[in-house]
Amino acid sequence: QQPAQFTNPETPGYVGFANLPNQVHRKSVKKGFEFTLMVVGESGLGKSTLINSLFLTDLYPERIIPGAAEKIERTVQIEASTVEIEERGVKLRLTVVDTPGYGDAINCRDCFKTIISYIDEQFERYLHDESGLNRRHIIDNRVHCCFYFISPFGHGLKPLDVEFMKAIHNKVNIVPVIAKADTLCLKERERLKKRILDEIEEHGIKIYHLPDAESDEDEDFKEQTRLLKASIPFCVVGSNQLIEAKGKKVRGRLYPWGVVEVENPEHNDFLKLRTMLITHMQDLQEVTQDLHYENFRSERLKRGGR
Amino acid sequence: AGPVESRTEAAMSELVPESRQKPVVPMKPMGINANLLGYIGIDTIIEQMRKKTMKTGFDFNIMVVGQSGLGKSTLVNTLFKSQVSRKSSGWNREEKIPKTVEIKAIGHVIEEGGVKMKLTVIDTPGFGDQINNENCWEPIEKYINEQYEKFLKEEVNIARKKRIPDTRVHCCLYFISPTGHSLRPLDLEFMKHLSKVVNIIPVIAKADTMTLEEKTEFKQRVRKELEVNGIEFYPQKEFDEDLEDKTENDKIRQESMPFAVVGSDKEYQVNGKRVLGRKTPWGIIEVENLTHCEFALLRDFVIRTHLQDLKEVTHNIHYETYRAKRLNDNGGLPPMTVETEENHESNL
Repeated sequence: QQPAQFTNPETPGYVGFANLPNQVHRKSVKKGFEFTLMVVGESGLGKSTLINSLFLTDLYPERIIPGAAEKIERTVQIEASTVEIEERGVKLRLTVVDTPGYGDAINCRDCFKTIISYIDEQFERYLHDESGLNRRHIIDNRVHCCFYFISPFGHGLKPLDVEFMKAIHNKVNIVPVIAKADTLCLKERERLKKRILDEIEEHGIKIYHLPDAESDEDEDFKEQTRLLKASIPFCVVGSNQLIEAKGKKVRGRLYPWGVVEVENPEHNDFLKLRTMLITHMQDLQEVTQDLHYENFRSERLKRGGR
Repeated sequence: AGPVESRTEAAMSELVPESRQKPVVPMKPMGINANLLGYIGIDTIIEQMRKKTMKTGFDFNIMVVGQSGLGKSTLVNTLFKSQVSRKSSGWNREEKIPKTVEIKAIGHVIEEGGVKMKLTVIDTPGFGDQINNENCWEPIEKYINEQYEKFLKEEVNIARKKRIPDTRVHCCLYFISPTGHSLRPLDLEFMKHLSKVVNIIPVIAKADTMTLEEKTEFKQRVRKELEVNGIEFYPQKEFDEDLEDKTENDKIRQESMPFAVVGSDKEYQVNGKRVLGRKTPWGIIEVENLTHCEFALLRDFVIRTHLQDLKEVTHNIHYETYRAKRLNDNGGLPPMTVETEENHESNL
């Protein structure tokens, strides 16, 4: 953001609309940002820990983990928790949509119907509100981004992963994530990433693409964007525990053979994931609006009926 | 047959079971007249059996079962690597363990302290990858039953071999994914079915993903779940023969199991020694270091202390159950035509 520079309004040729971005900025800050993040993946892949780590909060204070026998009975559920985070006067209303039960059943055939219905419902609701008479307070509950968790224990994508991503890649921005990355050594990570990227291409899955840096951005930003793009899918480790390492307290995991530091770029891609999410929140919302929502809308209106 | 290894003096005592001498043939207690007037030498029978066993050697078959990517094949390599002399050639060191696509049995003859052991490890393809995983335990169950069938066929032969080749699975290591939460529904189903036909030893795979607290908690939860769901893993409570067995096995059942293991067939230099391990940016995980993981406990449990018992339970309980069912189905007669598919390749 450029600091406000007021030229003398009496200067000839000066209209004053250069100040517009600042006005927009002030209004946005007042209004606050809304963002909905959906989290999908099998049990035990480190989803909740990662979300808590990303936003430095505990979104699941009263969590009870069900046993295997209980999981047999359960179908996929949708649980949305909203949290208001404020940082330097900027308010973020973050909604995290969880999908417990995904991938747990012995037969996962109907696993993603519930999830797809949820995404469509949010689009439907928005379409309805948008076409309504009073459009003052439209709440945007559309899913702006979906973190899809891939198991670090496998050999790449599983059939369920492929099917699910293909079913939602035209409805939501998919960001593939590999959590519990401390289970892999560096070579294994590179191999797994490459394998996953190859499989994504092979199956024609459309994941979220970071936009290239504009030509007028500075070199650092361009380099950062390049690095981010090259690291997808991100291999991350989550933790909110503070461990003593090398004389200072860091967030990490303590093992008998060493400490894994969450915010150490040599240990994992956590910082990259966080950077990507924060710097591209706006873009994720735009793509949801301009691409996924518009797709839904035109399909819906073509089919007719309200 | 695979390479025959001989070991140095120092490591000789490793494989030979020492303290708990279980006789090869269970001896029935006889009414003893305690008033013997001299030394007869009955106790030398133990020594005679020992010599005999040493000559004939041990056969032992372990199967590894679990979802894709949990490190079963790597553990198989680790098991052999930690037993077999490091300088052994003819061991193909691949950079990466490829995905196992069919059941394969890999056998090695190992000799130590005059005892020969033929250790066969049966590696199975990972299951549970598909969207619909119903009945994915059937191929494994089928394989196990086929080995019983083979043995039965030999046994009921008129002219049968002096020593029937034993390909029956004595021990099945079931790999549990280290989610840190609980067992998966698939794990429950799988183990429920398998525990009826084979000795199951649950093992937590890729244990380097959990801290010490997480490990303890997870083990407790898994133990509880297995108990609540009535899954009898080895050592089964009902087969404890006496108080001594019970105390020892109780301790193992309630504290050590399931063993949390890490596998690797790569070596690194740590403190001047070459160790099997995994190298990460934050440290080297040593496979045989008990403060890092319980691989050594598993290895000792299966090979050093409970090997004979595993074989006995397989022969006396699981095999007998199978045999009784087969004979029953046939009206008490030995089976006529049996199908056995040679569907595994082995390096024997």
